[in-house]
Amino acid sequence: MAEYTAVEVSTSPLAPRRPKVLLSSVSSDSHTWNLVFLQLLLEETGHDVVNIGACVPDDLLVAECAEHRPDVVVISTVNGHGAADGKRLITRIRTDPALRGLTVVIGGKLGVAGAADHSCAAELVDAGFDAVFQDNADVGDFLGFIESSVPSLEVGV
Amino acid sequence: MAVPARPSFAGHVRSVAASGGLVVQPRMGFGDPQRMLHGLLATKHAAAHTAGTITLDSYTRVGDFAAVLEAIDNDVELNGYPIASIDPFVTLSMLDTVGHPRFPVQVRHGSALPTAVFDAMVGLGLDATEGGPASYCLPYSRVPLSRAVQEWAACCERFAELSEFGFEPHLESFGGCMLGQLCPPSLLVAITVLEGLFFRQHGVRSVSLSLTQQTHAGQDLEALAALHALAAEKLSDIDWHVVLYAYMGVYPRSPRGALSLLADATSLAVRGGAARLIVKTVAESYRIPTIAENVEALEFAAVRARQTTVGEPPEDTGVLAEARTFVDAVLELHSDVGKAIVRAFASGYLDVPYCLHADNTGRSRSYLDNTGRLRWSSVGAMPIRADGTAGPAAVSSSDLLTALSFIQRRYDEAASVRAGIGEPGKIESGSCR
Repeated sequence: MAEYTAVEVSTSPLAPRRPKVLLSSVSSDSHTWNLVFLQLLLEETGHDVVNIGACVPDDLLVAECAEHRPDVVVISTVNGHGAADGKRLITRIRTDPALRGLTVVIGGKLGVAGAADHSCAAELVDAGFDAVFQDNADVGDFLGFIESSVPSLEVGV
Repeated sequence: MAVPARPSFAGHVRSVAASGGLVVQPRMGFGDPQRMLHGLLATKHAAAHTAGTITLDSYTRVGDFAAVLEAIDNDVELNGYPIASIDPFVTLSMLDTVGHPRFPVQVRHGSALPTAVFDAMVGLGLDATEGGPASYCLPYSRVPLSRAVQEWAACCERFAELSEFGFEPHLESFGGCMLGQLCPPSLLVAITVLEGLFFRQHGVRSVSLSLTQQTHAGQDLEALAALHALAAEKLSDIDWHVVLYAYMGVYPRSPRGALSLLADATSLAVRGGAARLIVKTVAESYRIPTIAENVEALEFAAVRARQTTVGEPPEDTGVLAEARTFVDAVLELHSDVGKAIVRAFASGYLDVPYCLHADNTGRSRSYLDNTGRLRWSSVGAMPIRADGTAGPAAVSSSDLLTALSFIQRRYDEAASVRAGIGEPGKIESGSCR
């Protein structure tokens, strides 16, 4: 991630760079209101957002990460396949050497059983996510985590 | 030589409508065939004029059949019925047990590229489904619109061939539900009528046109009237009916609030002349509903429908005029309806607010005015006028959440007020009688 920062800063030396968030859903999820909301929220809190939308195949997400070099990837999903799709997706991301250290979080309605799905959070972290935000998570906690995951931008820029 | 007609989905809706009834339908789909069968049987035996629903899973919708098989192998619960991956004999046996086609069943899927779904349906003798080249592409996929139009055209033609074998293939346009909420109704009416014209052009002779309940009962009623008027004008030579969707956005959390919203959807359907209603349940706000919750919603709506009488015609605030402007402007772009739809989105004549698809221009914006009506704050290149300067200049994340949760808040607050004054608990207990 450090090398991404160096590249970006050199293109705009006068202003501190806004952290870049790549926002996406998983391959089988067509919902978009969650993505529209998160884009507005993240932009308002000082982030540049690349919103790549719904139904994003794993390979496309990996390609978009290579192209946009985000500081954080936020995966939002509400169709109930998030636990399964998320596990497959993060495994794919972590097999790419360039993306092994990238901060990737997932949130939303991750299974089809409502409150009974909450055990899947630990499995998703084990699979490689840096954080999991279930659908009752606090927005402040989410934003706090995003902020804390890009410390290199707050100092020395 | 004519083949004797068999019972059909469309025929069932016609006969219920002729007797003054309303067909009610769930949005039910399970990965396990046994559970799917139980859901269809429960729908059939509910105390209501019902039609069955087989909602497909999201992997089938996007054509990821490897993921379907992997889920089945690993006992991962699918969020719908994987019709193209399950042994057809299992599905045929399920349909036989439930008494199809005398008991009508519609397949609901959400595929922008639906060839595999149509292949499966035609093979199984299922005569009713829904979707459309724009309504299943723009909100739900990354597929280029022109490609979805091509594939939907071929699927319509294939589906229409069922009529040579005594079937009455019926196709519902989902165009009245684009993104589910925050789309002013004139655009929804226009898109569903345009998709009806597209289906007709490709040989389908029985269609339904959809509309979703939104944020203002008067505006919704006006939209239903506009939809009937425009359909009567443009589709008079084929069979059609109107289907209303109970609110599709952020749903009330309280059982009272959820049932009150469904009650209003049912009244709206009856007053607005819809022949069919797609219900929602009390569990909607937090998870996929159970079979019992679906049956409860169907029976609740049936009782409410019988209690509703047709009232005064709605006030005309211009929904019909705007919808007709859209339809006529689009049809002028090309004599082929599919090509006209593609051009209309490319040029921004049709522009769905908040739709992220690459082929949607994305310059239109909507807002809720202080009466709860949906209005245009920005129309982009669409051939209509914005609604004055009353709307917000820019929408913040909290504005968006406020608008998205407007209905949830209103019905939950009303429910808690009613609970506070001690209304009898019969609704809370889940019973509808």
